[in-house]
Amino acid sequence: MKIGIVRFPGSNCDQDCHRAVDEGVGAEAVYLWHKSHDLEGCRAILLPGGFSYGDHLRAGAIARFSPIMREVIAFAIDGGPVLGICNGFQVLCEAGLLPGALVRNDSLRFRSHPVRVRVEQTDTPFTSEYEEGDVLRMPIAHGEGQYVADQSVIDALESERRVIFRYVDELGQHTEEANPNGSVRNIAGICDEGRQVVGLMPHPERVVSKLLGTDGLGVFHSLIRSLQATETVKAPAADAPDVAEASAP
Amino acid sequence: MRFDIEIQVTPREGIVDPEGQTIEQALGNLGYAGVHHVKAGRLVRFELDADDADEARSSVERMCEELIANPVIERYEVQIRSPETASP
Repeated sequence: MKIGIVRFPGSNCDQDCHRAVDEGVGAEAVYLWHKSHDLEGCRAILLPGGFSYGDHLRAGAIARFSPIMREVIAFAIDGGPVLGICNGFQVLCEAGLLPGALVRNDSLRFRSHPVRVRVEQTDTPFTSEYEEGDVLRMPIAHGEGQYVADQSVIDALESERRVIFRYVDELGQHTEEANPNGSVRNIAGICDEGRQVVGLMPHPERVVSKLLGTDGLGVFHSLIRSLQATETVKAPAADAPDVAEASAP
Repeated sequence: MRFDIEIQVTPREGIVDPEGQTIEQALGNLGYAGVHHVKAGRLVRFELDADDADEARSSVERMCEELIANPVIERYEVQIRSPETASP
């Protein structure tokens, strides 16, 4: 089962994502170049962090029109799991796969330090191995991470339980002090209506080793587990023709 | 005909504009009193070949909606100058 990691010019967390997939959870990871039109049979797509196209115009605004993104959008609309981390989250919002937008941090500073996020929902392919309420320690590294959206969008995200991660303090409370960028309602990550497309600003792929912490491993374990689950569901159907052929004569 | 296009992109009303707020605060700190509602944005200028001003405008508006502005957070204003008005 292959996991595709998209490389835009300016992506810089692609190798960390690769390592999180292959060394972290022992699955096959392949890079997908932004000019390609082929997802190469990947079962899930990761959009890594970085500064795609130099963040020109707006973060993620140009990457969204990459040839590979046409395929990624079709894959997502078809219900394929897609995770956007940091710049990848910005790309997903610009592409309209996730609502809202990420604007300049309220501090106007680039923030690069560990934060705590609480897992709000576990019924996505990227959070199923966590418990609701788990508090994870992950780094952030962004200048444009302030999540904003119209009030009606925020209300819908809350009522449809689509806020997946929230910035919290060590006690798990979503306080103003725990919010590193001014995101509305301390939102650190959300999902789409189908719950298969998830975007978050913190970097789970940077905390998948004993040295740096392992709080992000669950994201990748969840993905592998959920892909295995869909394979088991699909397997009998795929076997059916063989059985029919075998019993036909 | 070639038109001069100028697009001003600014944060939508109700969307936080930390850059504008910071400029406003800094101006206050420098002693400039009476500065209110500072909005910081982006200016995009280019030349565009089109048959007439209407065609130029509709083309530029599509560009704004698709790429130059993000309607979720930004509003834009388009100014089009035709060669006649531009020449001395």
